[in-house]
Amino acid sequence: MRSFFYKLRRKNIVAFISLVIIILLYVFSFLTDFIAPYPFDKQFRDFSLSPPTRIHFIDENRKFHIIPFVYGIQSTNLLTNKYEEDKSKIYQVKFFVNGEKRKILGFIPFNYCLFGTEGDGKIFLFGTDIHGRDVFSRILYGSRISLSIGLIGVSISFVLGLLLGGISGYFGGKVDNFLMRLVEIIMMFPSFYLLLALRGTFPTDISTVKIYFLIVIILSFIGWASLARIIRGMVLSIKEEEFILSARALGLSTFRIITKHIIPNTFSYTITAITLSIPGYILGESALSLIGLGIQEPFPSWGNMLSVSIGNLKILTSAPWMLIPGFFIFLTIICFNFLGDGLRDLMDPGLK
Amino acid sequence: MKKYILRRLLQFIPLIIGMTLISFIIIQLAPGDYFSKLKMNPEISPQTIEQMRRSFGLDKPVIVQYFYWLKNILTFNLGTSFSYHIPVSFLIKQKLKNTIALSIFSMFLTWIIAIPLGIFAAIKNGRWQEKLFSFIAYIGISLPSFFIAMLLVFLFAKYPVLPIGGTRSIFVYRSTFEMFGDYLRHLLVPGIALTLAGIGSLYRLMKNNFLSALNSPYIITARSKGLPEYKVYYKHALRNAINPMITIFGYELSGILSGAGLVEIVTGWPGMGQLILEGVLSQDLYLVMASLLISGLLLIAGNLIADILIAFADPRVRLR
Repeated sequence: MRSFFYKLRRKNIVAFISLVIIILLYVFSFLTDFIAPYPFDKQFRDFSLSPPTRIHFIDENRKFHIIPFVYGIQSTNLLTNKYEEDKSKIYQVKFFVNGEKRKILGFIPFNYCLFGTEGDGKIFLFGTDIHGRDVFSRILYGSRISLSIGLIGVSISFVLGLLLGGISGYFGGKVDNFLMRLVEIIMMFPSFYLLLALRGTFPTDISTVKIYFLIVIILSFIGWASLARIIRGMVLSIKEEEFILSARALGLSTFRIITKHIIPNTFSYTITAITLSIPGYILGESALSLIGLGIQEPFPSWGNMLSVSIGNLKILTSAPWMLIPGFFIFLTIICFNFLGDGLRDLMDPGLK
Repeated sequence: MKKYILRRLLQFIPLIIGMTLISFIIIQLAPGDYFSKLKMNPEISPQTIEQMRRSFGLDKPVIVQYFYWLKNILTFNLGTSFSYHIPVSFLIKQKLKNTIALSIFSMFLTWIIAIPLGIFAAIKNGRWQEKLFSFIAYIGISLPSFFIAMLLVFLFAKYPVLPIGGTRSIFVYRSTFEMFGDYLRHLLVPGIALTLAGIGSLYRLMKNNFLSALNSPYIITARSKGLPEYKVYYKHALRNAINPMITIFGYELSGILSGAGLVEIVTGWPGMGQLILEGVLSQDLYLVMASLLISGLLLIAGNLIADILIAFADPRVRLR
């Protein structure tokens, strides 16, 4: 494992940095309960659509503070959501403050959070949404949904694709013909329309947990097709190799040959294919949530946090920080793309 | 040539039948008996239900229903929309032309920008120009189409130089020319969004194709004959590099149609994407089924066009 990191760093520094960012994103999303200053559904009614809080080092009297601080904010006009800083009060920003009560991983009670202000001061790093909820905290909580859906979805498609692609390539004939025609038909629909039509067969108002699994299942149903096709092609060429012939001559069962000899040989390619297909799942979830068919309020996902700005030009222009979740989607996707390309070059330089 | 096209046409027929079958199965997956749900809806008149029952065989077994439905599709009867109370085919006709206009517009723009950039980058391979373009292309590939659309909407909402949403302005047109111009102006925001989302991948493909063409033996021959560089590029390398691009035209179309659906919803362009979303939100199953099928048929049509184009461009294909 260590040699892998070393090799990746030496060969492709961009892919290595992307890998580090991806790991960091997942660590942050795992530690959300500890990092997020506020719960995802905590509403500060007086601070609807407040801009990102400014963090100061120098106060009005030009005095430098070692510990950063924020001013209190107050609304000057409730209708237009204008806020201004109340410079009379200073709240220091500190690490490990006694914050909102929370439960780590849903059951361990915990009171501290990574950073925050003491007293009545509020710190909204990325501003607040229309209900006065902290966008930074919601992005962290949303990352749990947006980031996990890619991994779970791709593992289901992967298993399906390996199995069906392996069977199709190894046995050939009628099975192969049927499976590949099915793959072709699924891939013949534009994925967005297929996604919506599949979603349309289920009621629109179901619980968030059910929707989460529904999205995973729908995305894997669409995603297995292309993986199966790739793996079938690889199996077709591998099964002609001599070591398969010798395995057969040794009397190994077909199942054992497929799982022990053929599938492991496709790994170098499938790992790349998987890395490059994770963005598709993240995009699928975001797209569904964006148009209101995915994760429902009050639960945040990167997609549904963006949905407020659609068709509402007033919010979009007056509160551009509502677009920040989109940059996180972008960051995640570009990192997976860089990593996937780096892995491909690493495993098979000939392909480039 | 004619034989080749005819063969391709025939090959698409089982695919189309499979697509109708899948569309039908997906809708049958929907929980609840569709026919009884229809009857309970007070907004639908008994005459409409009776008429639909007869033409779609809604009280017959599922397999029989499929053939009824298939027969109806062939006569362009796609059922009645429950939320609009008008035939689905009428709704689709309205929106389809907008989606096609958007797709063709952005595809055209994507190609005329991405192909020259790809060639340029391949010629400058390894230098800073290529590295810069490739980096920008990476960003373009990784930015979701809906997010590009949102950023553009944000930009043009702040600086209203281009209209957002709809296909026309509220004023009365003086001439067809003015109407067409206004339509184009409205097309710009979704069109540019879709173009920006598509340029990256096309650029990369073109660059790689051109590079592998440049590494072929016939390029060495052409150079050693003493041909000027531009002739080597445009007469020999380009012709060989462009053929695979036409093949992926059909594949690109899939991405463009999917992207168009989302971009339409974000920018308020009244197309098929908006239509299928409305259908899903109001559980209007015939509308959803028809939209899915039409989007698939659009893709097949695109693939067919790609096949014909490649036959024109590459004699090896048409003689096969």
